Amino acid sequence: MTPGLPDWVAVLTAILVLLGSILTLIGTIGLLRFKSFYARVHAPTIGTTLGIGCVLIASIIYFSVLQSRPVFHEVLIMIFVTVTTPITLMLLVKAALHRDKDAGKDHMPSHPAD
Amino acid sequence: MNAQTFLLWSLALAELLFVMAMAFSVIRMLRGPSAQNRVLALDAFYVAGMGLILTFGIQTGDTVYFEAALVIALLGFVGTSALAKFLMRGETIE
Repeated sequence: MTPGLPDWVAVLTAILVLLGSILTLIGTIGLLRFKSFYARVHAPTIGTTLGIGCVLIASIIYFSVLQSRPVFHEVLIMIFVTVTTPITLMLLVKAALHRDKDAGKDHMPSHPAD
Repeated sequence: MNAQTFLLWSLALAELLFVMAMAFSVIRMLRGPSAQNRVLALDAFYVAGMGLILTFGIQTGDTVYFEAALVIALLGFVGTSALAKFLMRGETIE
């Protein structure tokens, strides 16, 4: 693949990428299996924060070693995703509450396990 | 098994897992029950696609894929917030 890559960089990149993809998959499994919309909102955020974060850290380490200079432009995606995900999900939950109230389904989730 | 082949195999496995994540969110998007669930599934879908493209970038050693991932992050934010606003008001342009 790449001849001059040290072993510890290859192992670290592999573990971080695997961890990130597993966390994203767990988030979407939760999206598929939870019962109500307000429970489902929580599940994919593990992928957007920790999953993508692990893949981006792996990318930073890999390209910094490969080009033998610090490569930090992946931090842009990290900051952007971390800032924008809560905003979009807050807008979405507000819209969902509005729509549920309009549809006459005036159920607020009263119990966390509900 | 040396470290290089371990990296190759785990990158391939990570791509498979990201594709499975995208498939699960597509299933949620098709199944529904209402519009807000579909928008949430779209949000999870583009995040998994972004991870897949970043993994491609590590696999090929090419930094071109980074720009594609950045564009996906930007357009995903705009798309999801526009759809949420549409669900709220019924119109996006004011």
